[in-house]
Amino acid sequence: MNEILSAIIAKYNYWSFLILLLIGLHAMISKNNLVKKVIGMSIFQSAIILFYVSIGYKKGATIPILDHGHGHEHEVVHQAATQVAAGFANPLPHVLMLTAIVVGVGTLGVALALVQKIYRVYDTVEEDEILEKIKE
Amino acid sequence: MITKQLPFLILAAPLLSAFLITLFARKSKGLGFALLVAAMAASFGCAIAVLLQILENGQVIHYHIGNWQPPYGIELVIDHLNAMVLALVSGAALLTAIYSKNSVLAEVPHRFPGEEVPERVPNYYTLFALLVSGLLGIVATGDAFNMFVLLEISALSSYALLALGGGRAYFATFKYLIVGTIGACFYLLGVGYLYIKTGSLNMPDLKGILQSPALVESPTIMIAFMLIITGILIKMAFFPLHGWLPNAYTYASTTTSCLVAPLMTKVSVYMMIRLMFSVFSANYIFEHLGWQNSVVWLATAAIIFGSISALGQTNLKRMLCYIIVAEVGYMVGGVWLANANGLMGATYHILSDAMMTLCLFMAVGAVIYKTGDASLQAMRGIFRKMPITSAVFVVGALAMIGIPPTCGFFSKWYLVSGAIEARHWGFAVSLLFSSLINAIIFFRIIEIGYFPLFDKGEGENGHHDHGEVKTAEAPLSMLVPMVITALSLIAIGLYSNEIITGLVGRTIPTGLL
Repeated sequence: MNEILSAIIAKYNYWSFLILLLIGLHAMISKNNLVKKVIGMSIFQSAIILFYVSIGYKKGATIPILDHGHGHEHEVVHQAATQVAAGFANPLPHVLMLTAIVVGVGTLGVALALVQKIYRVYDTVEEDEILEKIKE
Repeated sequence: MITKQLPFLILAAPLLSAFLITLFARKSKGLGFALLVAAMAASFGCAIAVLLQILENGQVIHYHIGNWQPPYGIELVIDHLNAMVLALVSGAALLTAIYSKNSVLAEVPHRFPGEEVPERVPNYYTLFALLVSGLLGIVATGDAFNMFVLLEISALSSYALLALGGGRAYFATFKYLIVGTIGACFYLLGVGYLYIKTGSLNMPDLKGILQSPALVESPTIMIAFMLIITGILIKMAFFPLHGWLPNAYTYASTTTSCLVAPLMTKVSVYMMIRLMFSVFSANYIFEHLGWQNSVVWLATAAIIFGSISALGQTNLKRMLCYIIVAEVGYMVGGVWLANANGLMGATYHILSDAMMTLCLFMAVGAVIYKTGDASLQAMRGIFRKMPITSAVFVVGALAMIGIPPTCGFFSKWYLVSGAIEARHWGFAVSLLFSSLINAIIFFRIIEIGYFPLFDKGEGENGHHDHGEVKTAEAPLSMLVPMVITALSLIAIGLYSNEIITGLVGRTIPTGLL
């Protein structure tokens, strides 16, 4: 029991993303209201974005900008490249997520536009009512 | 100098045209169309040039975007397989672009009553160009994350295009959007797992790192593979994850379904092949994981389910959509048979099925354009009214059934021999069963097309009017691409040997031979 608990606590961030991910997935699949589905989609995407951001994090690390800029090049050269890199958080996952956020916003926009169109056609955003109206 | 830039120009031409159309062609009548066709033609020309270049010296082209060296920069990797798919996608897009000239004007909703050219037509062309550049990007890229972004570019533009069908299309597209986003996010999550373990996103680099024994045993890599493949299977509408496809494609406008239906699923199959063999390896998938049996059974179920559902449809487009579901089963099954024949059949089927689907959707689209009716009854008397369109339809149907010398026969031949080699009798039988069902479906339609005139003549004015039925063909802009597509089906069939030994066979991973 203790082992499981400590495993959860040690990686609590990943566990919370997993919960967020499942909440989002659940809402997308089983919610009846289309707007709730869209919100679920947003939660789902955010969970993945948080997951990526978490990958790049390092304890005590800073943003990857050289402390000694102009005029101090010599000091930097003397340090080994790995030593310099050790102090920085990994920027790549964060940069990737900038793109993923843009993609997410785009999807959200298209989804909301579609919900609006659906509302104009069927006068409702409840899935079961729409299906009933389609059958008629 | 310019030949070095060709791989990038394939993608850049449609992307640039999307900007140009939005900026300059908003008010003009023909400029948007001209720009679109020019961009697609340029892209197709570059793709053919790259294909010839690869055929000539047989070397894989690595193009470093912005001259950033991999694995840090994004690179385009073009080998025999994706040179073929690039030519296919850009060629099909060019044909559809020409085909769209009249049908888009008829189908894009008018914003203001009485406007001559609907204001939204340039927007349609923009989305068209974006979708094509996304698809070409997926095919050309050698970077796993880049593939996700391009996947979403093509998906987002396809949502917008599909929704332009209006009415029921909105709800169908919304469902596709939700399911498609789940698929893409699974893929993204899988790539994240790969990145944690390998620290790389470049495909050739990933493949090298993943060979290490520690990673082969790692459950993280297995979960990454599972997530990636599930995501792609959702995107390609693989049974039982196909629920979104028939509605989304049926209610779309004709041009959209001509563009989206043949290409989106085929590009997803390409993605699957690329990731399976260029990121993971045949050894890892078929020997270490060993899931091929269950996947092939699912593919068998997909084929049988898709064929039987297609048989029950009365709407032409919906019928074709269920055939697509069955065809996806062909290709996924072929890849997972885990032998060279199956993979060659599946890869060759990407080419032939895309052209077959394009051919049938174009012919059906022309019928819908002329009659305004998408039911099977729209085909009544079609052989007399639209002789060229119906000839095209028959060629497409023969290819779909798999009658030589059309290309459908040869892909089925390889798939069936692959199935026999793998001793997977269920898959072999389902392939033959699906051919049989396709034969029933298409001969029924051809029959409706041939013998309709009696009841029509009697219904309208009480006597037979055999001679009086006038031909009312679709406009030339639709006929030309249609005929080219139909001829290409026969050409792909006749040159099947060259295509299979020269292109498809060259990319079989060593683990499978």
